[in-house]
Amino acid sequence: MNWLYAFMPIAGVHIWWPGLVILGLGVGIIGGFFGMGGAWMVTPGLNVLGFPMAFAIGTDITHMAGKSLISTMRHSKFGNVDYKLSLIMVFGTIGGLEIGARNVMWLERIGKIDLYVRCGYLVLLTMIAWLVFADVVKRRNKDRAARAAGRPVDPLATGIEWYKTLQQIKIPPVVTFPKAGIRCSVWLPVAVAFVTGWMAGILGIGGGLIRMPSLIYLIGVPTHIAVGTDLFEIAVSGLYGAATYSYKGRVELLAAFIMLIGAAVGAQIGAVATKYVRGYGIRIFFGIAVIGCDISVVMKVVASAYPHFKNVLDICAATLIIGLVTLLSLTIVVKFIRGVREELAMKKEQTAVAA
Amino acid sequence: MSNSLSKFYAFCLLLLPAHLLAAGEKTADVVLVADSRHLTGIMAWWTNLFNESHLYFALLTIVVIPLAGVILGTIADLLMGCIGINLKSRALREG
Repeated sequence: MNWLYAFMPIAGVHIWWPGLVILGLGVGIIGGFFGMGGAWMVTPGLNVLGFPMAFAIGTDITHMAGKSLISTMRHSKFGNVDYKLSLIMVFGTIGGLEIGARNVMWLERIGKIDLYVRCGYLVLLTMIAWLVFADVVKRRNKDRAARAAGRPVDPLATGIEWYKTLQQIKIPPVVTFPKAGIRCSVWLPVAVAFVTGWMAGILGIGGGLIRMPSLIYLIGVPTHIAVGTDLFEIAVSGLYGAATYSYKGRVELLAAFIMLIGAAVGAQIGAVATKYVRGYGIRIFFGIAVIGCDISVVMKVVASAYPHFKNVLDICAATLIIGLVTLLSLTIVVKFIRGVREELAMKKEQTAVAA
Repeated sequence: MSNSLSKFYAFCLLLLPAHLLAAGEKTADVVLVADSRHLTGIMAWWTNLFNESHLYFALLTIVVIPLAGVILGTIADLLMGCIGINLKSRALREG
């Protein structure tokens, strides 16, 4: 079965290449659906497959640039991309990403990278999971209150509305983003992008995991627009990340290319599936994915603290990540197939009526 | 008294950079060399490119990745178009 293992000349490791295609496909579906690179699954996934952490981060960012470009092409046709907002945010993201990448090189030199990256993930994922579900609960309470008062339920209502306060800070220049339907100081998206870019650089993620909820909760962008806008931003900043990491010699281009083959198909499925799912449905799926990922990182941290349980916990973490990617991907594929069938049936009906 | 104190502060300030430098033990930068001994063709070429210049390797990466993305994305888009669904519009709904 040697042919199933490909030699990665730069990282110097033999990798089970079907794992790369599966990872690419799964993350393509999930990334296209949630509007993020999906690196929060890929970095640990590549690490589990055998890449050293710094290579897992660099390869991940590189593949993400290509995959996000594919998803953006699709979302753009749905009108889900606010290019103006994206381009403004790119400046903040690139600044933050560069500082984050330098921090990673420093952590690698002092030999603390694995521990710090995992702890960073842990804190971040826990916060995001809390945020998503607190928002869902608050939104449901609002719906219930509206029904109890006999008022109609606002379909565009949101739960957590921190963005309303932040949009009041009118530091000039104040700009309007017609696609997203918001008006705020230009410094708000730049600041959000800088912080999320820095975190992305350190954790080796495109930033979508942090930026997608930030766009929704801090800037006030509707879910579907947040998905498309974020993907375009990831494509641009991911390319910068790819350049900086490959210049630092931490990119396995062969692995990135293999993953991209699976991701091309997956990204299309994920992006089209957003047609058939409501905004809050996307948010709930997102929250579930974050919790699963959080648990897998806890296992990794515990494994490094207790070497006796390392093998068992490593297997459990790998199983959980693969299981999570599979489960979410399958759910999205099912939504996609159901949606396509319904749309085709409706189209057929309309044609029959017209005839 | 104040004179001796100021001399002490000046002495401390003089030593401060040395202390700061000593605090962070200096380590050598990690140098990566890709193993191209058993490779042939394009694989050997890009591995050697990596060994010769990380800058050229970075340039190759930022050209190859978007290009591959656009080509693969266009192919996948064409395949998706064959299904027959509307791929140009979507009703905005938060819900």
